[in-house]
Amino acid sequence: MSRIGVFVCHCGENISRTVDVERVAAYAAQLPGVAYATDYKYMCSDPGQNLLKKAVAEHQLTGIVVAACSPRMHEKTFRKAAQAAGLNPFMCDMANIREHCSWVHENRDEATAKASDIVRLMVERVKRGKVLEPITVPVTKRSLVIGGGIAGIQAALDIADAGHQVVLVEREPSIGGHMAQLSETFPTLDCSQCIMTPKMVDAANHPNITLYSWSEIESIDGYIGNFSVTIRRKARSVDEDKCTGCGVCMAKCPQKKIPNVFDRNLGLRTAIYVPFPQAVPNTPVIDREHCLKFKTGKCGLCAKACGPQAIDFEQQDQLVTEPVGAIVVATGFDLYSIDRKPEGSSIEGYGEFGYGTIPDVIDGLTFERLASASGPTGGKILRPSDGKEPKQVVFIQCVGSRAREKGISYCSKICCMYTAKHTMLYHHKVHDGRAYVFYMDARTPGKCYDEFWRRAVEEEEAVYIRGMVSRLYQRGDKVVVMGSDTLVGVQVEIEADLVVLATAVQAQPNADSLAQKLGISYDKYNFYSEAHAKLRPVECATAGIYLAGACQGPKDIPDTVSQASAAAAKVMTLFAKDQLEREPIVARVNERNCVGCFACRKVCPYGAIEEKEIRDRQGNLIRTVAHVNPGVCGGCGTCQATCPSKSVELDGYTDEQIVAMIEAL
Amino acid sequence: MEHDFEPKIVAFVCTWCTYAGADLAGTSRMQYPSNVRVLKFPCTGRIDPVFILRAFQKGTDGVLVSGCHPGDCHYMAGNFHARRRFAAFRQLLEFIGVDLNRLQFSWVSAAEGGKWVEVVTELTERVRAMGPMVEFKELEMEEHWSGKLDSPELKEAYQNI
Repeated sequence: MSRIGVFVCHCGENISRTVDVERVAAYAAQLPGVAYATDYKYMCSDPGQNLLKKAVAEHQLTGIVVAACSPRMHEKTFRKAAQAAGLNPFMCDMANIREHCSWVHENRDEATAKASDIVRLMVERVKRGKVLEPITVPVTKRSLVIGGGIAGIQAALDIADAGHQVVLVEREPSIGGHMAQLSETFPTLDCSQCIMTPKMVDAANHPNITLYSWSEIESIDGYIGNFSVTIRRKARSVDEDKCTGCGVCMAKCPQKKIPNVFDRNLGLRTAIYVPFPQAVPNTPVIDREHCLKFKTGKCGLCAKACGPQAIDFEQQDQLVTEPVGAIVVATGFDLYSIDRKPEGSSIEGYGEFGYGTIPDVIDGLTFERLASASGPTGGKILRPSDGKEPKQVVFIQCVGSRAREKGISYCSKICCMYTAKHTMLYHHKVHDGRAYVFYMDARTPGKCYDEFWRRAVEEEEAVYIRGMVSRLYQRGDKVVVMGSDTLVGVQVEIEADLVVLATAVQAQPNADSLAQKLGISYDKYNFYSEAHAKLRPVECATAGIYLAGACQGPKDIPDTVSQASAAAAKVMTLFAKDQLEREPIVARVNERNCVGCFACRKVCPYGAIEEKEIRDRQGNLIRTVAHVNPGVCGGCGTCQATCPSKSVELDGYTDEQIVAMIEAL
Repeated sequence: MEHDFEPKIVAFVCTWCTYAGADLAGTSRMQYPSNVRVLKFPCTGRIDPVFILRAFQKGTDGVLVSGCHPGDCHYMAGNFHARRRFAAFRQLLEFIGVDLNRLQFSWVSAAEGGKWVEVVTELTERVRAMGPMVEFKELEMEEHWSGKLDSPELKEAYQNI
């Protein structure tokens, strides 16, 4: 006989404003199987939880329904409270009357009726609940970090310093990411390379870090504590063990005029190359698309010049499999392109800015390369078209960002600050030059940020014009910028030598396909979703996977580093235990009914279905039935819906529970 | 607004995408008709077509089945199995005389609170316009055809064989 307790929460006023909570509690008390029902202002608070624990003892409750917020919010909280009261935690369920009811309906009668219905359904579910014992699984104390930018490097270093093995995977030939491309960083104007390259070297030399550069994630299997990651090590055509990084191969390569993507195509590189001189690892890669040996079969000058004979034209991609217990995703961002709408993209280009056809219209990252001492111009600000020093530079902010009509409604967060920095860098290098900035709003929250911006405006002579630019076009060797000054209410026309666009921060173009491999969710802009916007900002909803940096949303360097260290701390928390308790939501086979058709095995995404032989006392094989390996089962329940003889059942979501809920509709 | 008929709608959703999407609609304080009751499953792959039949039999006027977009399944492929299963099931349902406009399949991700509102509102309004689900009640009445075997005419015919 069930004795269910129903606890209806007011959530301050969040629920009680539209739902008559007293009435819901009074209704619940009438339901068959309910022994006790009450309401309280904040069920999740300490007194609320104590009330629940007391009621369990006083009324000998066998199960609990908490009618409050989403189970995604507080299921764990109340299951813990139930456990503390001596109940099995899985005999506690939540009726979601906030997100699914009080917040989405205004009519009090309708909302109260719906809340009562939701409670009734959940009572039927808990009445048929089963006591489940947590499953313990071992934890592999090694971590995977995907992405070798500042986020990935910081996370990898923190985890490695705590004494755990880290596998760091980077898609490009060198780690460093976008931060390695920057010239100087706000708000201190210290040189990005100077603070970044030592960290890159630390990561590569750390005894606990295995670095796979020029590698990508092929596939990921498993679950928290027990992932198996297959990594594709792309053919470098250079033996990393033999190469000394002397660079003779690059000097000999006859293909010298390939645009260098690292320099935003302003500089040139050879077909065998490292993207920049401080690259880590300092091992070149052969770009097979441009290499004469691969294109024509002739050449091979690099191989002849290489002393240690590290060049290997025959090298193939290699797949390596690494067991890990936790994954930090730190894949960073990409920049919005003003080109015509790329195929498959939801983003419109900027026709009014010439769709990227005017050579002296560049983006902020390209300006970073121009200003960088290790950049293609050696740190001189020279414009791309004719290499002249620009005397009038126009910076345009919010290009793509906060532009709903172009498909992006968010703020890219970093552009106000880096544009202020650009005006300063420009002013420091071209003393007689003038920097204009078109802006919508100057958003500069952050430590020493607003002071920095004010310095650009007040001391470094940047001319800030509040308004947007309507058109850019070429007149002679100038770029004419037509815009409006909305504070003064006049049209503005500036003949610029160079225009720099603060283009929006976007997710990486293939962010969705990686998310699908990982089984994590992402938003409509393909930024990865955290488990909770405020309280679990570095964890994914998928257990054992953590987020760091701009792959989750636009972020500056201090925020990225903070989040990376936070993700590392989460990994260390996980690794502090030898055994991990996981939810016992797994499938179970009724061996008496199973006919051994193994339809379940065909649909199981985890390969959790094994064959089990049933033998008689003499050892003769009677039949073979399915058996679920509970350590491997992910708990999706696809087997149960597939089984023709209804011989497999998913704990926590049994047919009995579900049908009872449907009957109670 | 007062309506003559308030349809009963049930939504079978997966916990990872659509349930979270419905949560997001709540967090964003979007508004939609209160007719829907949500049943949470780990994955759309867990949803047995029998549940849909059962819901219709129990007087539900409209059913929504919603999960993760293709490729986004938390369990890799559960939604694909669900899609296959329901493609076949729809034909069966049509064969037994259920108007397929009462059954809606959709993909709503955890980020698509707005889409959840759209899908639920559209289904509710559509089913409201269709009126109550009576097909199963009629079927239930027809099921008593077996009682006709006891008719005197049949008995006579049987005895004459």
